[in-house]
Amino acid sequence: MPGVAEVAMFVMSVAIALAGVRMLLGPTLPDRVVAVDLLGTLTVGLLVVAAADAGQRAFLDAAIIIALIGFVSNIAYARFIERRKP
Amino acid sequence: MPAWLPGIFWMAGSTLCLLAAVGVLRMPDIFTRMQAGSKASTFGLAFLLIGTALDIAEGATVARALLIAAFIMLTTPVAAHAVARAAYLTDVPLWSGTVIDERRLDQERLAASVEADGAADAEPGEPPLGDVR
Repeated sequence: MPGVAEVAMFVMSVAIALAGVRMLLGPTLPDRVVAVDLLGTLTVGLLVVAAADAGQRAFLDAAIIIALIGFVSNIAYARFIERRKP
Repeated sequence: MPAWLPGIFWMAGSTLCLLAAVGVLRMPDIFTRMQAGSKASTFGLAFLLIGTALDIAEGATVARALLIAAFIMLTTPVAAHAVARAAYLTDVPLWSGTVIDERRLDQERLAASVEADGAADAEPGEPPLGDVR
């Protein structure tokens, strides 16, 4: 009998898989960037639940770093999309 | 505090995150996908963080949860705005059912008014206003 934290982590994993499908399908580059940004946010959520489930406080530090890198890479991708030659 | 309280928040948060992913997968064009992904996932992550902060009720954990929540809530709108602007300016196609495109209407109005004023006002080397991004 899985606990509620395991169920929540499974639901987050399904969400990550769906975002990954959009990343692979995404007809244009901005679609893929949006999907990757959502992947980062969902990974932060999964780590937050896993930190409580496994009792590992260090997972929260990893979540902070992933959130930081996700924001910076998203801004960089936006600049790249605007400036690249079509 | 009852022991089942964090579980309620986790289930609510993970359901919202699943809805965000379904929205990103199923919505018809990039702008609708973007609003589904950024809003629902931010809200779901806030719920997950509340659940974890209730479950591990220590000062350091609660502080980190608050830090992640504040950071995500500040940066997600900025990132979504930057990507939406880049997508619009590079002419990513809108959904065929789009009701209104106010930026295009404004640009057409600007171009029409510049044409009506005549070329006498404009400096010779001045770029047309319709190209202003």
